[in-house]
Amino acid sequence: MPQIFHPSANTLSRLTLFGMAVGPLGLLIVSYLLIRSPYQTGVRVIREQPVPFSHEHHVGGLGIDCRYCHTSVETSSFAGLPPTHTCMTCHSQIWSTSPMLEPVRTSLAMKQPIVWTRIHNLPDFVYFNHAIHIQKGIGCVSCHGRVDKMPITWKEEPLTMEWCLECHRHPERHLREKREVFNMEWAPPVPEQLEIGRHLIEREHIEVDRLTNCSVCHR
Amino acid sequence: MRRRVAIKRWDRPSRRSWAGEFAAIMAVALLVLTGCRSEMYEQPRYEPLEPSSLFEDGSSARPLVAGTVPRDDPRGAPPAGVPDEVFYTGWSQGKLVESVPFPVDRAVLERGQERFRIYCTPCHGELGDGRGMIVRRGFNPPPPYASEELRKQPIGHYFDVMTRGFGTMYSYASRVPPRDRWAIAAYIRVLQLSQHAEAANLPAEDRNKLPAVDEASAPRSQP
Ligand code: HEC
Ligand code: HEC
Ligand code: HEC
Ligand code: HEC
Ligand code: HEC
Ligand code: HEC
Repeated sequence: MPQIFHPSANTLSRLTLFGMAVGPLGLLIVSYLLIRSPYQTGVRVIREQPVPFSHEHHVGGLGIDCRYCHTSVETSSFAGLPPTHTCMTCHSQIWSTSPMLEPVRTSLAMKQPIVWTRIHNLPDFVYFNHAIHIQKGIGCVSCHGRVDKMPITWKEEPLTMEWCLECHRHPERHLREKREVFNMEWAPPVPEQLEIGRHLIEREHIEVDRLTNCSVCHR
Repeated sequence: MRRRVAIKRWDRPSRRSWAGEFAAIMAVALLVLTGCRSEMYEQPRYEPLEPSSLFEDGSSARPLVAGTVPRDDPRGAPPAGVPDEVFYTGWSQGKLVESVPFPVDRAVLERGQERFRIYCTPCHGELGDGRGMIVRRGFNPPPPYASEELRKQPIGHYFDVMTRGFGTMYSYASRVPPRDRWAIAAYIRVLQLSQHAEAANLPAEDRNKLPAVDEASAPRSQP
């Protein structure tokens, strides 16, 4: 009986078997990498803004507190973006003829708000609240990175569920005294942080077990 | 006839091509995949500050109607017995109010200090001397709080300046709620005192910390 398959078919079949085992795994790995890549999460991606607003200048250089502009961050779920009026408290006199600030002046004159491009935007099925995090002692840096060093604002953390949970499982790694919340330079004191964190969990009555319940964030 | 031809085509299994079905399946799969990221992610409701095509200014956040009274937060309301006019404007029957309309304790002053450092230091400086960072970058310099005229002003004046603005200074009413404005006004008094304190009025333990101060040394100004 003549051979139906050429000997090279052996190699081919081995390759096929190997491919069947490794292929799906590779596909999983590739899609996982894709999901975590800036392409999906937007981390450190620069977005076009109507005015090239620089936190580096205003916060790092001039030392303006976050709350001067993001007024509602301590009391509401939403940090708030400054209305044109807030920019004009200073720019009515400073750089008042700069073409860079033309959209700000037009906005004030025409009573049309400036349309900033949002950088952080959770899906609508997730509930997030700034006030609770600020009141319990989570610093802006823990979630937004060194904003005072950003010449144009970007997203420092991926804001995935995994990322939220990392902290909700171990808040002691990130908790600080409330007066340090707005301090951009604060870093956890290395050996003592866990101890301080555990003390703060107790003092602020944080129920860590409850923080990973689905209904905390999906309500 | 068109219809017969079509039927005939299906009748010939030997030359049947799957390309059409394949394309249809892929199209459906593509639709399903792209469908994943929409409805639950962007639900038909406004998030804070989301744009809206309904209103002329393009914003879904609506300004308050004039005369709206906040209904929810009792901490923002005037204390019992204090008329609204005093608490919200700093004026009482055509005259500026002379004192803060609620008891001032250490907590109030600390709150005032914190709020002052957020909203006022950029121009007025930590000491209230009018040499803040923005002034150093070219903003019109404000008068120092410790100046003769400002020290003579009733406390209601500071409240009024924050509420309505003053000359080149814009109003801070939209960002600083009334109670905090009173706390800041009280803290301005602290700053004024700090620039005109007399060693003789300090408690003994603090006085001893001052280098080489004796009772006879000339006070920096008259009380
Ligand atoms: C002088 C006003 C001002 C100050 C002070 C300021 N910001 Fe901002 N911030 C803005 C403006 C305007 C935007 C919107 C434009 C942009 O994204 O750059 C913004 C955007 C942001 C965003 C991104 C919002 C988004 O689109 O998702 C974050 C996060 C942020 N600020 C954090 C901070 C933190 C933290 C501080 C204090 C360290 C701070 N800001 C201080 C004016 C200010
Ligand atoms: C507290 C005062 C203050 C406020 C509020 C403020 N700015 Fe500025 N801004 C300044 C000063 C001072 C400079 C000049 C910076 C310098 O000289 O280093 C400046 C510079 C700028 C510049 C010039 C480019 C640069 O970064 O140097 C832009 C653009 C700008 N501001 C946009 C804004 C916008 C938009 C807002 C409102 C969200 C705003 N600013 C609010 C004080 C302010
Ligand atoms: C626990 C993490 C966390 C902390 C701490 C935090 N933020 Fe945010 N911030 C977020 C998330 C998540 C969003 C996106 C919210 C959304 O899309 O609804 C956001 C959004 C923002 C925005 C855009 C407007 C908004 O509210 O959606 C600004 C401005 C902002 N943050 C400023 C601040 C400032 C200032 C601080 C410090 C006082 C701070 N954040 C602290 C997680 C945090
Ligand atoms: C760096 C730490 C940290 C990160 C990151 C963080 N959280 Fe939190 N979160 C906390 C702490 C601490 C509390 C306070 C818990 C308490 O008071 O019991 C909290 C509380 C909350 C609450 C209120 C819980 C309640 O019902 O009392 C919500 C909602 C919440 N977080 C959502 C989120 C979401 C959504 C994210 C991700 C986008 C996130 N958090 C990221 C630390 C964090
Ligand atoms: C600390 C807050 C938090 C908790 C607790 C939490 N989630 Fe989430 N979840 C998120 C965030 C944030 C996202 C959005 C992630 C993104 O956009 O990539 C999310 C997304 C999801 C998604 C959609 C995934 C997708 O990409 O379509 C599902 C499903 C989900 N969560 C289920 C759960 C379940 C089940 C639990 C309880 C075991 C839970 N979550 C607890 C924050 C949380
Ligand atoms: C952007 C800079 C700026 C900021 C921020 C600012 N001011 Fe002023 N302030 C001024 C200037 C400029 C003047 C002088 C106005 C004039 O004479 O035209 C002034 C004047 C004053 C005066 C004196 C009015 C008089 O009778 O001469 C008081 C009181 C005052 N400010 C209080 C405050 C308080 C309280 C805050 C914080 C809530 C504040 N200011 C924030 C710039 C500022």
